[in-house]
Amino acid sequence: MSTYRVTGKGRVDTSRAVNFTFDGKTYTGAAGDTVASALLANGVHLMGRSFKYHRPRGAIAAGSEEPNALIGTRRGAGRFEPNTRATVQEIWPGLETTSQNKFPSLKWDVGAVNDAAYMLFSAGFYYKTFMWPKSFWDKVYEPFIRAAAGLGVSPTENDPDTYASRYLHCDILIVGAGPAGLAAARTAAGKGLSVVVVDENAEMGGSILSEPQATINGTPAWDWLKSELADLKAAGVKLMTRTTAIGYYHENMIGMVEKLTDHLTDLPKDTPRERMWRVRAKQVVLAQGALEKPLVFHGNDRPGVMLAGSAQTYLNRYGVLVGKRPAVITSHDSAWFSAFDMQDAGAKVQAIVDTRHNVRDDLLAMARERGITVKTGHTATATAGRLRVSKLRVNPVNSGTVGAGEWIGCDCVLMSGGWTPSLHLFSHTKGKLTWDEDMTTFLPDETPEDCVIAGAGRGLWGIEAVLNDGATRATEVLEALSAATDAPTFTVGEDRTGSGITMRELPTDRSPGKAKAFVDYQNDVTAKDLRLAVREGMRSIEHVKRYTTNGMATDQGKMSNINGLNIASDALGKRQPEVGLTTFRPPYTPTTFGAFAGYHRGDHFEVTRKTQIDPWAEANGAVFEPVGQWRRAWYFPKGGETMDQAVSRECAATRNSVGIFDASTLGKIEVVGPDAVEFMNRMYTNPWTKLAPGRCRYGLLLGDDGFIRDDGVIGRLSQDRFHVTTTTGGAARVLNMMEDYLQTEWPDLNVWLTSTTEQWSTIALNGPNAAKLLAPFVEGVELTEATFPHMSCVECTVAGFPARLFRVSFTGEIGFEVNVPAPHGRALWEKLWEAGQQYGITAYGTETMHVLRAEKGYIIVGQDTDGTVTPYDCDMGWAIGKAKPDFVGKRGLARPDLMDHSNRKHLVGLLTDDNSKLEEGAQIVFDPNQPLPMTMVGHVTSSYDTGTMGRPIALALVKGGLEKMGDTVYIPMPDRTISAKITGTVFLDPENSRLKIKEGDA
Amino acid sequence: MLLIHCPYCEETLPEAEFAYAGQAHVIRPENPSGETDEQWEEFLFIRENPKGPHYERWRHIHGCGRFFNALRDTVSDRFYTTYKAGEPRPDLSDFLGDDA
Ligand SMILES: [Zn+2]
Repeated sequence: MSTYRVTGKGRVDTSRAVNFTFDGKTYTGAAGDTVASALLANGVHLMGRSFKYHRPRGAIAAGSEEPNALIGTRRGAGRFEPNTRATVQEIWPGLETTSQNKFPSLKWDVGAVNDAAYMLFSAGFYYKTFMWPKSFWDKVYEPFIRAAAGLGVSPTENDPDTYASRYLHCDILIVGAGPAGLAAARTAAGKGLSVVVVDENAEMGGSILSEPQATINGTPAWDWLKSELADLKAAGVKLMTRTTAIGYYHENMIGMVEKLTDHLTDLPKDTPRERMWRVRAKQVVLAQGALEKPLVFHGNDRPGVMLAGSAQTYLNRYGVLVGKRPAVITSHDSAWFSAFDMQDAGAKVQAIVDTRHNVRDDLLAMARERGITVKTGHTATATAGRLRVSKLRVNPVNSGTVGAGEWIGCDCVLMSGGWTPSLHLFSHTKGKLTWDEDMTTFLPDETPEDCVIAGAGRGLWGIEAVLNDGATRATEVLEALSAATDAPTFTVGEDRTGSGITMRELPTDRSPGKAKAFVDYQNDVTAKDLRLAVREGMRSIEHVKRYTTNGMATDQGKMSNINGLNIASDALGKRQPEVGLTTFRPPYTPTTFGAFAGYHRGDHFEVTRKTQIDPWAEANGAVFEPVGQWRRAWYFPKGGETMDQAVSRECAATRNSVGIFDASTLGKIEVVGPDAVEFMNRMYTNPWTKLAPGRCRYGLLLGDDGFIRDDGVIGRLSQDRFHVTTTTGGAARVLNMMEDYLQTEWPDLNVWLTSTTEQWSTIALNGPNAAKLLAPFVEGVELTEATFPHMSCVECTVAGFPARLFRVSFTGEIGFEVNVPAPHGRALWEKLWEAGQQYGITAYGTETMHVLRAEKGYIIVGQDTDGTVTPYDCDMGWAIGKAKPDFVGKRGLARPDLMDHSNRKHLVGLLTDDNSKLEEGAQIVFDPNQPLPMTMVGHVTSSYDTGTMGRPIALALVKGGLEKMGDTVYIPMPDRTISAKITGTVFLDPENSRLKIKEGDA
Repeated sequence: MLLIHCPYCEETLPEAEFAYAGQAHVIRPENPSGETDEQWEEFLFIRENPKGPHYERWRHIHGCGRFFNALRDTVSDRFYTTYKAGEPRPDLSDFLGDDA
């Protein structure tokens, strides 16, 4: 057995040895140990290096608040996790762990040179050190920051574990299973209510686990605990261990993460690693206890310096002496008991040093009985020892004057700066805090949520007080649930009550500028940094926090916030409540991405919407691209074609014969009702009254600000029925906007709106042979120029399927869009494909669609427009029903800034002088020789190489462009400046002759 | 996550079913073209941004689809009440008790 394990102490099972590794060396712990308790049992304090200075660090706490002892844990491939707190990770045979932030080894670290360059990394170093000289940025600063950034190393393999997610509704949720929480559960149990108790630890009991000396209602504390937990379980209370309440959200929703497998030797099959619980509780009892504060003095971070309460926990819960010759420095009574427990377990306490001049007589007497040296009215000014503390320097303080120091030899230092109520979850509720001058801490006040806070979490001390408070607070909750009851009472023997005073950084005889007195261990923030931040002008605690990074590490300042506040408010010359506390935010402890993602990973990360024709595209070698949530065929490469080659072939085939395109993703909205035409008149810019049934029109939708929101072809099927199409990505937005106006501005209109996007499969046929191919399939209409001209629509039959047939074109060729009930889409596609073979039918994807439409200057809303473009900017005044009294956007278009046409950016075509292809998004200038920074007058919105035109074309927004036809503009690129001529947007067939079906075409 | 009462469904349901839709009781003028630039600016752009009670619109987008109004406190995020579109603005003092 290891040299620091104490026989007969602790709750671990020393008869079951557990071997694990730390930095490649095998250590033996006991079943029930954490990595930290097992290493301490082996005399190992050095567990890591700090983030900024790479200073050697050991565990200073025994729970989830630990800032220093962060390790990587490994369980085979993919199961590596950095930044695990060694104080929380339970050991199991074969567990591999590693220390962090060290190079090349934990004991000999090169980065520790940062420690010597201390002056370089003081408060605000992020903002100052790396500013100058500028040439250092690429070669020196950035590599340095990248190497130093982040704690630990990110895993690189896929996580093989699964993560689950569940909802839970209960009457009472109790957070924390210490004495307050258990007493609350006892009070609420057996009343027919659903009661849930959660605790982040492996075992329930909280402080009772560290205080076996106590008796509760005459029973030894641990016996009481055992029977109490059994009773609660029997009474139907749901007890959840290893479950952390990470956040308190609106209306009593609490997020909880349950760790299911990290402590197990063998992973059970089909068990998730973690489970995220979303709990909706009628009432919540917060019983999270209090966290011990470190004392702030030079060298308070040396391995072996530890919180006194944590040392007591290591001894009583894990049976581990954290040292054999402890020295104690404290401002609170509680540390005295830790010292006594260690002395009684065989350690030789070197001294109890108290910053207070007056200490309770009974404590002094107990120290005397044990022969322990006591120094009251003293401060600690330094520690020494290379990788482990070997001595503590203490000095008397009289009337504010620090006297001569003396060194006390020791192998560990127990410190206590008092206790801070754990107010994290309470703060998540937007609960108000009130400053308690006597306790020098914030206490919970009012909260808008249905919750109470009990026990040490509201500043009470001692098991008896806390038990009775838990019971009393539970009665308030029960009354709110109409289940009023009396609170049970508890009496506790050997209870350890106490009090203390709050210190800022401890008084010292050293130069304050040289003191490395740490406040935030994880971010390496010292008291000096905080004072420097105030001297440099930071006034708000939020600014001090960000400038120094105090409290911004993964522990969220659990130990540093109050010490930081006390020091900052002293430097500011203000009282703490005037300075205020920084905001606590979820999660309470670091939480895995897996827990948040739950089932939403891999194929389930996001919905992939597929059309009925998608399987055909996949079988025919399509390359896909995501468009919104849709997956669309991008292009169909043949025999090793590049994308450019495939697109070029698809374009040519469509222009020369016939192309087939899956347009099913187009948004479709059915607008129906007696007032449908009036509704369309008000929503869209175009006039609709005179559009005859059986005809279509290109519709333009604006916002009331006058800017283009969406567009699409709209068919009038009958007097009271419109088939509206929208952009693929805009469908939901357009329907929402339509519903908004219909429901809230024009509720008098008798109109129904229905999303029909997924009800129709839409197949587009385009090309000179489109009519010829389609005509034999169509019953009910003849596809001639006379009987079914461009911009017609009809309900008919296509290949035996009921269909809505549109004669429309997004390519400039003869075009049809055949809508059939969605399930028939694939069958129709295959029939057309087969019949189309005689014409060399070619399937094309979205890229070809983009090129073909750009050749004709058809805009794509969201690509050629960006929410600040009006119809007039696009030279689309023809789409506006100027005679209409109103439509959405009409008044907006009359705004003086939009009327100032010459000063607006216009959509125009660009042809480069050297026939090079422009970059989409490239900025445009009028004068390439002007001094930097140049005046930018627009940007390229669309750019394609086109086989049809034999040259690249581009669309661009250019200031005043419509009045600058033929002018040259310049596109400065990193390597050269490209010149281009402004043209119209229609590059091909401006007279639209290709749209016409000639005799014999059908 | 907030719980929101839909006045059409008459059910209290999780926030995830709803979409926020801006300030309430902003009425689009009968004849926008008759508005001065200042009046149109007021309608189009100017919104309250109160710290405290706020009349606002929500849509039960993953439910009945209806837009409705709410009186909500922007500090506590608490809903005082929700009511149907077109109904008059409820009086805040009805919800603040004696403090109002
Ligand atoms: Zn509803």
